[in-house]
Amino acid sequence: MSVAENIRDDEDDRGFKSGIPDKVLHIDDVHKSFAGLHALSDVDLDVRKGETHAIIGPNGAGKSTLLNVCVGRLKPDRGAVIFDGDTLTGKSPHEINQLGVARVFQTPEVFLDLTVLENVMVPALSKRDGHFKLNPFKSFAGEKAIRQEAIDVIHSVGLHAQLNAPATSMSRGDKRRLELAMGLIQHPKLLLLDEPTAGMARHDTNATIDLLKKIKEGGMTKVIIEHDMHVVFSLADRISVLAGGRIIAQGTPDQIKNDPRVKEAYLGEEQV
Amino acid sequence: MLSTFTRNDWLLLIGFAIIILVLPWALQPIGAAYPDLLQKIAIFGIFAIGFNILFGLTGYLSFGHAAFIGIGSYVSVWSFKLLTMNVLPAVILSVGMAAVFAFLIGYVSLRRSGIYFSILTLAFAQMSYNLAYSVLTPITNGETGLQVRAIRDSAAVSLRDGDVRLIDQAMGIQEIGVPITNFFGMKMSGYPGFYFCAVLLIICFFIAMCITKSNFGMMLKAIKSNQNRLNYTGIHTRPYLISAFVISGMYAGLAGSLLAVTDPIAGAERMQWTASGEVVLMTILGGAGTLVGPVLGAGLIKYAEQKVSSWNEGILHQAFSGLPDGLQNFFVEFFSFFVGEGWHLTLGFLFMVIVIFLPGGLMEGARRIASIFRKQRTDKADEANAVGQPAE
Amino acid sequence: MDAIFLQILNGLDKGGAYALIALGLTLVFGTLGVVNFAHGALFMMGSFCAVTLNRIFNISFERVSETEVDFLGNPLKEKIPYLQQWFGADVSNFLLEWSVPMSILLAIVVMGIVGVIMERGLIKHFYKRPHADQILVTFGLAIILQELVRHYFGANPIPQSAPDAFAGAANVGAWIGLGDNVIYPWWRLIYFVFSALVIFGVFAFLQFTTFGMVVRAGMQDRETVGLLGINIQRRFTIVFGLAAAVAGVAGAMYTPVLPPDYHMGMDFLVLSFVVVVVGGMGSLSGAVLAGFLLGILQSFASMNEVKSILPGIDQIIIYLVAVIILLTLPRGLMGRKGVMED
Repeated sequence: MSVAENIRDDEDDRGFKSGIPDKVLHIDDVHKSFAGLHALSDVDLDVRKGETHAIIGPNGAGKSTLLNVCVGRLKPDRGAVIFDGDTLTGKSPHEINQLGVARVFQTPEVFLDLTVLENVMVPALSKRDGHFKLNPFKSFAGEKAIRQEAIDVIHSVGLHAQLNAPATSMSRGDKRRLELAMGLIQHPKLLLLDEPTAGMARHDTNATIDLLKKIKEGGMTKVIIEHDMHVVFSLADRISVLAGGRIIAQGTPDQIKNDPRVKEAYLGEEQV
Repeated sequence: MLSTFTRNDWLLLIGFAIIILVLPWALQPIGAAYPDLLQKIAIFGIFAIGFNILFGLTGYLSFGHAAFIGIGSYVSVWSFKLLTMNVLPAVILSVGMAAVFAFLIGYVSLRRSGIYFSILTLAFAQMSYNLAYSVLTPITNGETGLQVRAIRDSAAVSLRDGDVRLIDQAMGIQEIGVPITNFFGMKMSGYPGFYFCAVLLIICFFIAMCITKSNFGMMLKAIKSNQNRLNYTGIHTRPYLISAFVISGMYAGLAGSLLAVTDPIAGAERMQWTASGEVVLMTILGGAGTLVGPVLGAGLIKYAEQKVSSWNEGILHQAFSGLPDGLQNFFVEFFSFFVGEGWHLTLGFLFMVIVIFLPGGLMEGARRIASIFRKQRTDKADEANAVGQPAE
Repeated sequence: MDAIFLQILNGLDKGGAYALIALGLTLVFGTLGVVNFAHGALFMMGSFCAVTLNRIFNISFERVSETEVDFLGNPLKEKIPYLQQWFGADVSNFLLEWSVPMSILLAIVVMGIVGVIMERGLIKHFYKRPHADQILVTFGLAIILQELVRHYFGANPIPQSAPDAFAGAANVGAWIGLGDNVIYPWWRLIYFVFSALVIFGVFAFLQFTTFGMVVRAGMQDRETVGLLGINIQRRFTIVFGLAAAVAGVAGAMYTPVLPPDYHMGMDFLVLSFVVVVVGGMGSLSGAVLAGFLLGILQSFASMNEVKSILPGIDQIIIYLVAVIILLTLPRGLMGRKGVMED
């Protein structure tokens, strides 16, 4: 009996198997390999509505690959990703985003030539107008409502001092906060966060945790990939542990803390 | 849209309009105030503004925009031959046809980005050029170029030797000698022709201004900045790119049409890829991505082309006549490389100098100079403050 | 069958020229990451190396003829090449006749130096600049080069002849038992063999020398090779010089087929870029394959039988193929992943 099957049995015991009505994201038996290297194998994962689901695991465990499969950057070799009744597999990134899945990138991928405000307004317009709208005579400066909303979000991530500064002049940490703002303004049904606090100072990390907690009250579902266990255990409702491309454990933070397999996988990595 | 124009926007638009309209007087001191050159400046200004909507905003470098100039010219001359010498239908049909072709070419070319896109557009332009010289000669009249003729007296005369001009004939307009293009009776040669082009240039400038300041324009800028990220924010970039390509193709079609309006002949050499290269140079010379830059670049290039290519050694000897003989001969010898037939050499050097030293174009240069002055002024102000402080 | 074979032959020499130019373009693009729009101008300058050598051999002085007189009985002036004066008529005539093959040596030296100067003086400053800037600056350079050539050599094509030994046509059909219908000019056959040898030489150089190994590694992953502490700069210069020399000899040898003029570089450049894109950006074998393929396709398209069905197809076939290939195989025939895909 393989490890994967083992886990699925465990899941059954805990009642996490698919078929639960309020699940938002359902990753079904996803496989992905690069040149023979299995980055993901037999990955099954359910994310419930409104929860914050953390995916943790050692480096190279396949966390980023899993996220890339979810947003359409990578196509899985097998399996499917189902979001809110729609199959995401095979859809292009903009379609997936329009369905309500936003992603916050690990290495900040902001629009360097645009100002902070413009950076946040672009995703807001995308949310309102859809994937394409030919409006060459609709003034950008005239978007009062969206502009105000963007300013509010920028305020909430603490970038209001740099509202009209070009993004290219920002520090890396500030770009990450801008990334977060670009995700938040879309009020996505599902927000995928790829190590939102990596490289941040402790103070900023705590600010980000507080911010994410605040959104949680708003009922947004979040999947968060994180190295920092402090962040994970402050935020996560449930945790999945990925190692060697497989999910080796899944459960509440307390369950994960006490799971021997997790300790084994993390031996030599961060101690839980 | 208009309600969100700031005071500076209005100043820019009005200032631009005034400068264009007074060009016939303003350019007199530098000997450029003759209709032919003024028309060219206005027409290529339109071309460059349109090209900038694609290249300046999205960063996609098309090497095939001259094809749309050619299409605009041919459609216009055919409109003169078949319908009427009135330019209005010619302009509308040309812009429409350019839009159709731009959509087709853009739809295919924009499936790729970067250098692949440049090569694809180049391939399409070369195809059009080659076809115009070979199979399409019944439409393009090959190397001779397509020209307007007198109305044919019988159906037996080939369309190449006699025109139909159905609308003009139906309206009973009499023609004496070589027919001249007109705008409801106003002849489109000389200064009226320039003013026709100038008004269209101002309208085109206004539209480009609106586009740049619109949501659509913001998306185009975001494409240039990080197309990949834009996909993940839910934007489908291809329709935006195709729209930008079609709009800039329509500008080029209009420019081609106006070339035919001011001088009713169309030749395939307008579609050659060197012509595409020229509009790239105009845009980067003035400053890609800026509003005024492309027009400035077009004006400078067209002015320099007319002037430099008309100079000869005699003029050079005059210019350096103050120098001793040996030095004078040396300078004349050296500069004779660059004038007259050597105009293209000058163009090549200009190209390199701009790309190497001033990638942002003249507008960027102006901004840099302005910021130096501003800095000096603030420095002085600081000094004044520093001096003033102890007294407080 | 004969006709088909003949068309394949017809495509080979042109294909050879395309392949040689595309090879250099790809080499430069793959190692240096630079899109060189002046590469066609290098081909053109190579052609004019052949013209120059011919002119050098022809440098003459005037003297009063001992034998010839005009109709009034006055002695005529005649031009005698210095070579003839120094080495006798046999040597002089031999050199003149063989000036095109000999110009290969001149082209290698001259174009190699031109390439090195170009890389040191201009290209190296553009490694980090966007591709659009590279295209624009080399486009400007191409205009300058072709205008300088026009200034010195005039605008008209200057025909060059192949050595008499290769004049006329070879009865290729008889060699392979297809009858006497397949005859083909010797020189164009030579050009094909020559281009194949050069291509083979370049590949062997890249395959079997340490230098070539580094270059190939650089084409795979430029940054890593740079990090290994290998002096990549110097190698870049040599690669550029090599590419320029290859374009140069390709041009020099092509002169008997196509009389060189100042704008032939631009004409060939556009086609060669299409060849590179069809072959797959960054793939050397793709460039060679596509060069010959497109050359042959073009010669088929210019058959009268084909033209009568699809008029004008000969004018656009290459571009049409490029469009189709790019839309169906986005990376070209043999392109690698990740090249020029931002």
